[in-house]
Amino acid sequence: MKINREQVEHVARLARLALSEAELDTLTVDMDAILGYVEKLDELDTGHIIPTAHAVPVENAFREDVIGTSIGTDKALQNAPEASDSCFVVPKVIE
Amino acid sequence: MALTDLTIHELQTLLKNRETSSRELTRAFLTHIADTDPHIGAYITTCEAAALKNADAADARLTEGNADALTGIPLALKDIFITEGVRTTCASQILSNFVPPYDGTAVSKLKAQGAVLLGKLNMDEFAMGSSNENSAFGSVKNPWNRDCVPGGSSGGSAACVASRQAVATLGTDTGGSIRQPASHCGVVGLKPTYGRVSRYGVIAYASSLDQVGPLTRDVEDCAIMLGAVAGYDPADSTSINLPVPDYQASLKQGVKGLRIGLPKEYFIKGLDADIQQAIDSAIATLRDLGAETVEVSLPHTEYAVACYYLIATAEASSNLARYDGIRFGQRVDQGRGLIDMYMQSRAAGFGPEVKRRIMLGTYALSSGYYDAYYLKAQKVRTLIRQDFLDAFNQVDVILTPVAPTPAFRIAEKTADPLQMYLSDIFTIPVNLAGTCGMSVPCGFSRDGLPIGMQLIGRPFGEETILKAAYAHEQATDWHRRSAPR
Amino acid sequence: MTSRYEVVIGLEVHVQLTTATKIFCGCATSFGSQPNSQTCPVCLGLPGALPVLNRKVVEYGIKTGLATNCSIAPRSIFARKNYFYPDLPKGYQISQFELPICEHGRLDIEIDGKTKSIGITRIHMEEDAGKLLHDSNDSSRVDLNRACTPLLEVVSEPDMRSSDEAIAYLKKLHQIVVYLGVCDGNLEEGSFRCDANVSIRPWGQKEFGTRAELKNINSFRFIKQAIEYEIERQADILNEGGTVIQETRLFDTASGTSRSMRGKEQAHDYRYFPDPDLVPLIVSEDWIEQMRRELPELPETKIARFVNELGITRYDAEVLASDRAMAEYYDSLVALNGNAKLCANWVMGELQRALNDTGVAIVDCPVSSPMLAALLKRIDDNTLSNKIAKTVFDAMWQSGKEADVIIEEQGLKQVTDTSAIEAAIDEVMAANPDQVVEYRGGKDKLMGFFVGQVMRATKGKANPQALNELLKKKLAGE
Ligand SMILES: [Mg+2]
Ligand SMILES: [Zn+2]
Repeated sequence: MKINREQVEHVARLARLALSEAELDTLTVDMDAILGYVEKLDELDTGHIIPTAHAVPVENAFREDVIGTSIGTDKALQNAPEASDSCFVVPKVIE
Repeated sequence: MALTDLTIHELQTLLKNRETSSRELTRAFLTHIADTDPHIGAYITTCEAAALKNADAADARLTEGNADALTGIPLALKDIFITEGVRTTCASQILSNFVPPYDGTAVSKLKAQGAVLLGKLNMDEFAMGSSNENSAFGSVKNPWNRDCVPGGSSGGSAACVASRQAVATLGTDTGGSIRQPASHCGVVGLKPTYGRVSRYGVIAYASSLDQVGPLTRDVEDCAIMLGAVAGYDPADSTSINLPVPDYQASLKQGVKGLRIGLPKEYFIKGLDADIQQAIDSAIATLRDLGAETVEVSLPHTEYAVACYYLIATAEASSNLARYDGIRFGQRVDQGRGLIDMYMQSRAAGFGPEVKRRIMLGTYALSSGYYDAYYLKAQKVRTLIRQDFLDAFNQVDVILTPVAPTPAFRIAEKTADPLQMYLSDIFTIPVNLAGTCGMSVPCGFSRDGLPIGMQLIGRPFGEETILKAAYAHEQATDWHRRSAPR
Repeated sequence: MTSRYEVVIGLEVHVQLTTATKIFCGCATSFGSQPNSQTCPVCLGLPGALPVLNRKVVEYGIKTGLATNCSIAPRSIFARKNYFYPDLPKGYQISQFELPICEHGRLDIEIDGKTKSIGITRIHMEEDAGKLLHDSNDSSRVDLNRACTPLLEVVSEPDMRSSDEAIAYLKKLHQIVVYLGVCDGNLEEGSFRCDANVSIRPWGQKEFGTRAELKNINSFRFIKQAIEYEIERQADILNEGGTVIQETRLFDTASGTSRSMRGKEQAHDYRYFPDPDLVPLIVSEDWIEQMRRELPELPETKIARFVNELGITRYDAEVLASDRAMAEYYDSLVALNGNAKLCANWVMGELQRALNDTGVAIVDCPVSSPMLAALLKRIDDNTLSNKIAKTVFDAMWQSGKEADVIIEEQGLKQVTDTSAIEAAIDEVMAANPDQVVEYRGGKDKLMGFFVGQVMRATKGKANPQALNELLKKKLAGE
């Protein structure tokens, strides 16, 4: 087993996904199979290989510190499930 | 011939000479969509009123004589492109009511040219899939055989062009999502080099792999569409500041002396016989036209799928964290607090394949596994990219099949995700290498399903593969066949 | 009982930068606008939006690194720190993890007359989160105007051994970032926020004790209180045989105590990975040198120069250098006047008093350094006495007029004409014959009386030196 059900539950919580018992069962099987398959990469010795983050080499992309257009409060909130007083509203955050 | 059967380059002349109007053309497409799409399911959203309005504006430009290449041409976009004021769903329940307040760069460029936007096209949810069966808006049918999938994730974009529901479309390709459906639907599809087309305003699946590209009726249209959207964009840090060649102008240079590599790892036993036969005949055609073929090796090909599913899912798990039910999208709040709101909203909003990939990617990045999975995959990616760079020291173009089989039947592979992932074996390495590749029609299976060949070019070598594709197309008539009405 | 334990403190400071726009988009960073008005697809984390790095943030990062003796990384990258929180629009914060822009720095602090070096582990660039407003019982509100505002996070080594050392370090760092002009230094508005990692261990023990993290405290005084409370709290636990647990604690300024933050998950798994939307940052030697040339003279160098080259006292030099604008005012004044001591007295005296009284910032001061220099010139050339000069200064402050204009208008020119002074002396002596006799009889103290009388007669304009000499002569009957 590459992964067990408890680990899958932990990952689901990290990913903020409420999964049903059936989903957890299926995902445990699927993820185990996929993780088993990707183990194939261990056949390769990559000790001295530099990882590739971008396939095409680019560096130093900047913008200048010049004020651009903001879309404003109305447009910012137009898709919000809940908004009031110019703000997004969420269930109470306890610190 | 119906107006809807014409290509961009054919319509340009008609529009310029005022033998037809953009309004007439747009109406023809809207009517055709209404007739056809109930059987195909290519569109998620159509924009009738706005399309006609834009058509009138285009006609005014055409009359004034200041038209661009795409002025008045009815196009449609994969529903992954952010469109101001037009619902953009990414085929997900979680975005089913999302109306963006801005346009992405590719969309702005098309609008500036005066193109007419017919609507937004179906796809696999968040571009995750190879069959267009992972859509919250229903699966798309292959226009050549409605029992088959159109491929994915740009299945709607390919089926739309194949069923003549738009002149051309844009899709995105992260692991084959333009080329594979183009192949399955018998249209031309090109994935440009990473950085060639801006990703600004394209909903991210896997940021280091995603790239925008056209799906078109023929190669010349593909060159026109690519020219319209390519180029440096200061809003996308990963876009490249290189001049955009005139792709259309260099199409007719021929393939004499062109060196075409045939990677031995792609021509393996077990390759579908119809595909083998179609590819062989394409190779013969190109040789007849003066190209040379040589065997090359891409030794790390067998690791590409594993490498891809770690990198793509890891990036996706992070890219999809913003769908939290706060600023946009669907919220499920059962009054059990913030964390529950997150978990229920995301559980209800995402489909099974998206959840599977988020889970896999979250795991690959999680504490204690990062080095073994994500970092390892990035290192293997270096090897895969180097394979291509080495091969391109010997050849100008690499020719391969696009997919191991023609379009498969709906529901045939849904039970086994790993088998579905493996169907992208020939397209995924190109995304990992970051270079360009396209699918060009090159035959049909015994069952009458289209088959495409893949032409892979050097980084920023789109001109070369377009030229080879054009030469092949001119020598064959596969692109002239149309799907049954 | 804290003396049984050695205190170990490391500080993480979030420095909000004074750029005009956010770190990854063109929205303004200004304070106090309507909620969510300074937002765009990028800082709202809308689908499809992409970040582009503000060049000025990098420049500020390099300058801060140079000013804190860091090495500047020739190549650094941005990473995503993944966690869900309503003030974090994308579900991840763009920060730097591996390969930050600055590393291996140090700040020297003065503690009990001795210099102590505090290591700086790293300085990295990152985006700020938005603001949460907790004003209802069942919901919170989110304002994203602050989201994506540029921050430098300055992480110290666990090198501090007391709350005093921690405060000395913070004040030093604060002074530097304000001097550099990269931060407005406003603690209450959160422009300079401090998290303190505090642990204690028995003297002689090598390993660190378990630390508590104290979050976001917004004044030097409260940081000191919070650290001291935490030291006591941990000592109590250890003294009772308990164990300190690693946790994040929130300091309550009203009660002077702290509590564990329950809402946030304690065990984080941030799943850092390089942000594929951003490209590596390459900082060339040339760029570093250009930033070095743009660095202002920093307080330590300034103090040394004031003492060694201008010859003022170390105390005066420290006061003048404590504020960059004041030091610059002083420098330009000395350049015009040359009498460093006189200039120092005036800047620290009259000018500072007027600034304090009116609450005006030195950059908005109505008496510019050339104006003050012109006034001091009138002391040097004996046009004004020091005392009258102060009156002129006040008038200049009120009216914004030049010193000479006020002297002319109010007829304040010092009388140096000996005949006029002699006449006044004669008048005073004639009016006070008894005192003249007493003085001549040996009562030297009456000298002061005569000076006062003559000054009054000349409305204070008599040149004190000339007056003294003439008066002595006349009283002596010469
Ligand atoms: Mg931080
Ligand atoms: Zn913004």
